[in-house]
Amino acid sequence: MLLIGEKINGMFKNVREAVQNRDSRVIKDLALRQMKAGADYLDVNVGPSAPDPVTAMEWLVNAIQEAGDFPLALDSPKPEVIKAGLKLCKAKPLINSTTAEAAKLETLLPLAEEYRAKIIGLAMDEKGIPAEISARLELALQILASATEHDIPLDDIYIDPLILPVGVAQDTAPKVLEAIGEIRKLSEPSPHLILGLSNVSQRCLNRDLINRTYLVMAMAVGLDAAILDVFDDRLMESVSTAQMLLNRDIYCESFVEAFRRKKNKVY
Amino acid sequence: MMERYLESSNENVNRVIIGALQQEGGSRTSQVIIGGQNTLPFYLWSGSAPNPPALALEIADRPWPETSPELERVCGEVWQDPVSWAKKAVAEWGAQILCLRLISTHPDQLDASPQEAAQTVKKVLAAVGVPLIVKGPGVPDKDAAVLAAVAEAARGENLLLGGAGQENYRKIAEPALKHGHCLIAESPIDINLAKQINILISDTGFPLERIVMDPTTGGLGYGLEYTYSIMERARLAALSGDKTLALPFISFIGFESWRSKEAKTQIPGLGDLSRLSVNWETCGATSMLLAGADLLALWHPQSLKNLQTTIDKFSAKPEL
Repeated sequence: MLLIGEKINGMFKNVREAVQNRDSRVIKDLALRQMKAGADYLDVNVGPSAPDPVTAMEWLVNAIQEAGDFPLALDSPKPEVIKAGLKLCKAKPLINSTTAEAAKLETLLPLAEEYRAKIIGLAMDEKGIPAEISARLELALQILASATEHDIPLDDIYIDPLILPVGVAQDTAPKVLEAIGEIRKLSEPSPHLILGLSNVSQRCLNRDLINRTYLVMAMAVGLDAAILDVFDDRLMESVSTAQMLLNRDIYCESFVEAFRRKKNKVY
Repeated sequence: MMERYLESSNENVNRVIIGALQQEGGSRTSQVIIGGQNTLPFYLWSGSAPNPPALALEIADRPWPETSPELERVCGEVWQDPVSWAKKAVAEWGAQILCLRLISTHPDQLDASPQEAAQTVKKVLAAVGVPLIVKGPGVPDKDAAVLAAVAEAARGENLLLGGAGQENYRKIAEPALKHGHCLIAESPIDINLAKQINILISDTGFPLERIVMDPTTGGLGYGLEYTYSIMERARLAALSGDKTLALPFISFIGFESWRSKEAKTQIPGLGDLSRLSVNWETCGATSMLLAGADLLALWHPQSLKNLQTTIDKFSAKPEL
């Protein structure tokens, strides 16, 4: 299960201010603590309001790498911002993200190839997110086909079937579960399946409960990656329990601790 | 899915060094290093295994009780005296590492005291320069008392002490850590308990990097296949990143082989007992090698030779 820590994002006030003031302590601390909490990758997003996103991305990547050569998920709708980060990454990077839109694929897939990066493909295009599962499958297939043409290994491709807030579009939650199962069948071996988990509970009460319940449901149908809050202990305990119950990790009485040790790569 | 992962595993089995040289505070003239591989046993085309499996010969502080006439034929001359036995095992039989089994401390044998056992260990250490594994009698309370005394008496020698199980691991881990030794984590043919005992021992502050796992086994024909599956599954988990299972394995397959009736009594139709008994140990030990054993404790010097030949042949770099 690939876990991407979501905390280094300019949408959060502390990060936004740290970027504005070039205060690397805040960023290094977030990086290190997320890695210790079990993140495999760190999402890096300068936020929508950064005046010069390219420079901000460069500064963020460098600031994080002062704390360690951690794997980074470069998160931006703008390819030039992602490219600025890719150039600086010391560990295998992850591009977050492309859509099925031809212009995006043609820009981002060559970058993934050049930097041997993992890449997230969102099951949407320039027309937005299709309501029907069959249409999302089609877009996922387009992304897979294009990525394969660029010699990107299937093991580096993460398809995101896109979850919407349950308070806005409740019927999406079960549809996405269905999509996860279907997308897994698109190729052999199957691509990875990822969700931006916190979306499911936007503007809801009991967000943590919704997040961890949905994550376990999605894991049961084949989700094997997520962007999430690794500081949420109960969420992480649910992940470790689901891993064990899905027979992905070997059971022992201390299975939660065993999972933490497996994930904690910086002691 | 799992296989695809393993083709390029970045995860290593821990590397464990047994024996401390003089400059490290011990008195050994050689060391044995096991583990360190990032691939399945002898899959040398898909990864690296810097340390081929090591072979130990077992000796004991008194003759093997109720054992095979073949062992008496080979060890009978020396088995009244562990020092002579140790010397012969190294000088004549070529053992690189010895396992001293303190059977005299067993309550059903002589019930010898931990202090007596510790003296025996010191004598053997003085007689040979190879690293030493020390096994208690296999009774949890007595194992704890005996191994604590041995750990202290052999301070700094970096022995491999066994075994620490669920009932006694605290009492053994503490002196082993204090006096600079490695530990065998023992579990009763159960992968879940194997993982748990590793966690329990390391929770006491004893580093995982100095633990060797003994998942215990039956001999050939006596349930060996259960352990084989456990070892395979644990190793696959280790190579996929489960650090609590990324430990080298030791197998006391000699002990189990020589308990079997095939090794002890002439069975009509199965041929000469001398050959059959050695082959029984050789076949069981070879199976353990293929399952992933990093250290085998053998009893018969001919089995040692057979296994060394196998390891040498299997460790040749494959031409692709």
